[in-house]
Amino acid sequence: MVGRVPARPGGGVTDVTAKLPREFADLEPFVADWCLPTEPERYDKRLASPMDDMQTYYDAITPRAEAAMTYLDRYSLDDMPEEAVNLLYMLYSMIMVSFPVECWHQQRIPDSGAAHIDCLVAPVP
Amino acid sequence: MVRWPKPSEGSWTEHYPELGTEPVSYEDSISPELYELEREAIFKRGWLNVGRVDLLPRTGSYFTKEIHVAKTSIIVVRDRSGQVAAFHNICRHRGNKLVWNDFPGEETSGTCRQFICKYHAWRYDLDGALNFVQQEGEFFDLDKNDYGLVPVHCDVWEGFIFVNLAKEPEQPLREFLGPMVTSIEGYPFDKMTERWHYRSEVKANWKLYMDAFQEFYHAPVLHARQSPAKFSNAAQEAGFEAPHYRIDGPHRLVSTAGIRAWELDQDMRKPIEDICRSGLFGPWDIPDLGVDKLPDGVNPAKCDPWGLDSFQLFPNFTILIWGQGWYLTYHYWPTSYNSHVFEGTLYFVPAKTPRERIAHELTALTFKEFGLQDANTLEATQTMMESRVVDRFPLGDQEVLCRHLHKETAKWLDEYQRGRVGA
Repeated sequence: MVGRVPARPGGGVTDVTAKLPREFADLEPFVADWCLPTEPERYDKRLASPMDDMQTYYDAITPRAEAAMTYLDRYSLDDMPEEAVNLLYMLYSMIMVSFPVECWHQQRIPDSGAAHIDCLVAPVP
Repeated sequence: MVRWPKPSEGSWTEHYPELGTEPVSYEDSISPELYELEREAIFKRGWLNVGRVDLLPRTGSYFTKEIHVAKTSIIVVRDRSGQVAAFHNICRHRGNKLVWNDFPGEETSGTCRQFICKYHAWRYDLDGALNFVQQEGEFFDLDKNDYGLVPVHCDVWEGFIFVNLAKEPEQPLREFLGPMVTSIEGYPFDKMTERWHYRSEVKANWKLYMDAFQEFYHAPVLHARQSPAKFSNAAQEAGFEAPHYRIDGPHRLVSTAGIRAWELDQDMRKPIEDICRSGLFGPWDIPDLGVDKLPDGVNPAKCDPWGLDSFQLFPNFTILIWGQGWYLTYHYWPTSYNSHVFEGTLYFVPAKTPRERIAHELTALTFKEFGLQDANTLEATQTMMESRVVDRFPLGDQEVLCRHLHKETAKWLDEYQRGRVGA
């Protein structure tokens, strides 16, 4: 199995290609789509994604959000390991998809066809 | 049902009798001729906010600001003495724009020791003085002291940088701001340095977007679907009433009551709000603002819970302070009679934990969802107003501030024209 090595005696395996903390391995299948560092990337992804995909992601991550925030709170924002930052990005994407999933039942805000508001500056991370 | 007492005159509008109650002309939003007048009569006369001192952290920090409506670009810089100064962004040699990158029309920022023109390398120090001319000996009687950058009047209030493009401003900044605005001095703006900045090119007159954000009569209707049906039905049933309006000179204030979202039934909230403990009004948990009490001018109706105070500073700047301990600003920069650039900037006390940061993320994204709903309505309004099928529009008492903006605009145009005729 490429990329998998024994983690520790008696333990399972750790995916060396894993992007998230191992406690959140269940969210790994969503990393490729939703681990996006900037708001414009997340917004574009939302507009380009089928509603079913966003519903699936929303259903997977919302029950894990409280645990994820509790996990992340062990770090300060200016000193987070990469996999924690990635988990944070996953939570930002959760918020991004919440609007189409909870409110609109479509990607775009209804009646917003011609309007654009671009996010040029946001805190990092 | 009247939830909030109105002034003794019976309405906020009649409390300010000069506003009248008759239907209002929106000619000032569809007329290219009036727009040409606004350039001189408003945008080259009033104090314009161009950002905050946070954008200029050290000596040599600068940013440029395109002020299309005044047909100029300015450089705002922290000079050698540590003060904020502003100059027209033009090289004194042959008129090249002095500071720009790649695209002359785009704004830029950075830190430098001097400004060097891309064209012939004339150099200006941070105080605007010309201190180097390439092949100076080729010029005729050139005294470098006569060719410094053209200064722009610039002053700072509570960390907000204002410029005035008049040769001599008619009033100093603080006098222009007046007692209503200056009564929020001491609000901890300087502690709120976590910044989100949004920009949008809107196909509508700048005053139409100001109108959209200075009345909340529209909120239960236009934004209904942003909330669960149970909440939005209740909100629409109740309608909107602000507890307090105030007009002071050219500036306006609307203050609103808040909601303790976390005390509502769960089906009145979106699930994401529970997850993030946050929403449009801001994070549910108010951060430590580092002040014992807020300034007297904040939350003038003493609402508890208190929603927001939206201070509309003439001509094109809004400071909106939320009861949940953060604020945002709006700028509306006209680019033609029927277009403008809208900027929204959100400021929070920097998140101390990832959980706080996530609460900010939901507030910021919700702001954008609401803003997009408002923005698209504007193009729809602009195009139909331009049909001139209808030329007078009835404004309700909850739209008193819209009435004032258009009245005030007309007043500035009138003053300017009378002054010019008399001159």
